[in-house]
Amino acid sequence: MTTSNPGNPGTSDESPPAAVTVGHAPGTARMDFVLRFHRYDRLLHGFLMASFLTLALTGMPLLFPEAPWATTLANLLGGYRVTGVLHRIAAITLMLVFLTHLVRLGHRLFVRKDYGMLWGPYSLVPQPIDLVQILQHFRWFVGLGPRPRFDRYSYWEKFDYWSVFWGMAIIGTSGLMLWFPAFFARFVPGWIFNIALVIHGEEALMAMVFIFTVHFFNGHLRPDKFPMDLVIFTGRVSVEELKHERPAEYERMVTENTLEKVLTQPPSPGLTNFGRLVGTVAVCIGLTVATLAIYALLR
Amino acid sequence: MALPTMEISSSKIPTRIGIILLPLLLAAPALAEAPAQPAAAEATSPSNDECLGCHSNELDRSKGRKIPPIGEAFAESVHGQINLACVDCHVDLQGKDLPHDDKLAKPVCSACHEDAVKAYDQSVHANSRRKSGDSLAAWCSDCHGVHDIRGAKDPKSKTYHFNLQATCSHCHADEAVIAKANIKAGNVPAHFQDSIHGRALNKSGLLVAPNCATCHGNHEIRRASDDKSRISRYNIPKTCGSCHEGILAIYETSVHAAALREGNPRAAVCIDCHTAHDTKVVDAAWKMDLVKECGTCHKESMRTFRDTFHGKVSTLGFSRAATCADCHGSHGILPPKDPKSMVSDGRRAQTCGKCHPGASEKFSRYDPHADGHSRERNPVLYYITMAMKLLLVSVFAFFGLHTAMWLGRSLVLVRKLRAEGKIDDDK
Repeated sequence: MTTSNPGNPGTSDESPPAAVTVGHAPGTARMDFVLRFHRYDRLLHGFLMASFLTLALTGMPLLFPEAPWATTLANLLGGYRVTGVLHRIAAITLMLVFLTHLVRLGHRLFVRKDYGMLWGPYSLVPQPIDLVQILQHFRWFVGLGPRPRFDRYSYWEKFDYWSVFWGMAIIGTSGLMLWFPAFFARFVPGWIFNIALVIHGEEALMAMVFIFTVHFFNGHLRPDKFPMDLVIFTGRVSVEELKHERPAEYERMVTENTLEKVLTQPPSPGLTNFGRLVGTVAVCIGLTVATLAIYALLR
Repeated sequence: MALPTMEISSSKIPTRIGIILLPLLLAAPALAEAPAQPAAAEATSPSNDECLGCHSNELDRSKGRKIPPIGEAFAESVHGQINLACVDCHVDLQGKDLPHDDKLAKPVCSACHEDAVKAYDQSVHANSRRKSGDSLAAWCSDCHGVHDIRGAKDPKSKTYHFNLQATCSHCHADEAVIAKANIKAGNVPAHFQDSIHGRALNKSGLLVAPNCATCHGNHEIRRASDDKSRISRYNIPKTCGSCHEGILAIYETSVHAAALREGNPRAAVCIDCHTAHDTKVVDAAWKMDLVKECGTCHKESMRTFRDTFHGKVSTLGFSRAATCADCHGSHGILPPKDPKSMVSDGRRAQTCGKCHPGASEKFSRYDPHADGHSRERNPVLYYITMAMKLLLVSVFAFFGLHTAMWLGRSLVLVRKLRAEGKIDDDK
């Protein structure tokens, strides 16, 4: 869309306000970061992480009961009853996270009338540009073209986002059926539970391995980001990084004069360290679970 | 050898013998006043008194005299109690003078115990002895003793209910004997010791608890492969049922008993689930292990069980979920076609309801042995399983390639930038 100079915004005529605030002028507070995720979104992602990791850990033994690590893991987690209770607590947490998110989306759409979330550069809805950028990205992988100019959400981030919707529908529904079989049997015959069990397990396996390999790589472990991208914990990304990662978003904000509204100070050291701790723990648990799952699959 | 020993003892301690004999005669009047010797003994045969003159317990054996002491043991034995003469058993000494040779002929018990010896002659022990002269197999005296034989009801008897296991163990727990005699069952008493029967017998002291002979018989112990054996597969239910009569009545109605009656040697009998010598109390852990036992014959059912929820939970070692017997029953298992079966169409909901309150007929159409790998058996599940696998493979094929290529490109770029000095190692 925009073709403005991706270099120092201060040299761009189109964004004089940014030129004033970006950068670290002596005697003023540094305002060279951008607020990418609001506090409530980060909090929800935190609950999402905690519940997902718990669900994964407590579900693994039943998914691979014959794996050599299965009994040990199940007993470490407190045995059959405790593992089952933890799994259900995490399931309720995740469902509440999902509902909270839906309510927030509804508020944004119907109360604040932010129709841009439905289509356009900062919408999470898949659009033709995503297909184009997939192809551009692959071209860049083999060195035949420039890196795609991503906006607020790249195609793989949209995939991650909608995977949760899909997963909630599939894993959540089948999980509830397996939790309350006598109730659901009023409406469906018993053999549906056979299907629910298979779907619950296979879909959960896919979700776990996807999150713990692909999502971790895209978000944290790839060389640009290694060892981790703290933006989901601190909410802040430096203007430099934004320009490099999402040039389309940066230029759009400059053009629309919205950059100034999201400019912020760098994350405090406390917040950064907290993010590092939480992120490290989550990545370690996730990679362990992924290793156990892949080991059991290949055995 | 015996002769000089006798001389020495009688010449050096002449007074001693009188001292020894006196209390013996007083203590055992029955022995002393045993004038009515059986007719078999000739007038010239040695009397019991004469035998005990040397075979007394009081004889000084400190100087290496090897004459075995017999007196007290015999006096207290069941044979001593009825005043048998020594020569009644040692028939080769009838009409002989003392001292006798070192080696005496083996007494023949059948002269009195005709039925017992006849039964013994049918046994695996007798067979072994007939086959080989140096067989280690038990002979009358190995179990009953020699001069000290007591009635089986006597708590001091080697064949008393609580002593028999030790008597059998004398050979059957001796690794050397087991190896030499090639006893395939191995050290059985070690197993029996920890079984519920062994504990009831040895720890709880229950006369109703079985010992070896309760199941194997006593004189007529036969191999399990012998159809006449009490422990042949066809007779095991009856043998166990001699105590567990109520269970036997239920078992007789089962599909396993019916197959056994038809002569199917693979039909499950008591010991297939409970084992013969490791019989354990029926608790949760035991029930979990039992799945494997059912699975030795019902292989396909065990595989499909392991694939579904109940099976997965039990594979982890948790006993909360149903295993075979919870749905199919145990002693009275019936085929699903039988309306009385716990898993018949009519009764299945009730069976599910034991664990799942409110289970309806619709609920009970869950398939606890569903097989997602079999199109014939569970077509819907088969295609759904296939679809899920396809989805999984496609997602990871795409993102696997995506990630690998991205990683490759990023590493190339990083190396290039570092070479050009455009990034330092901090970034």
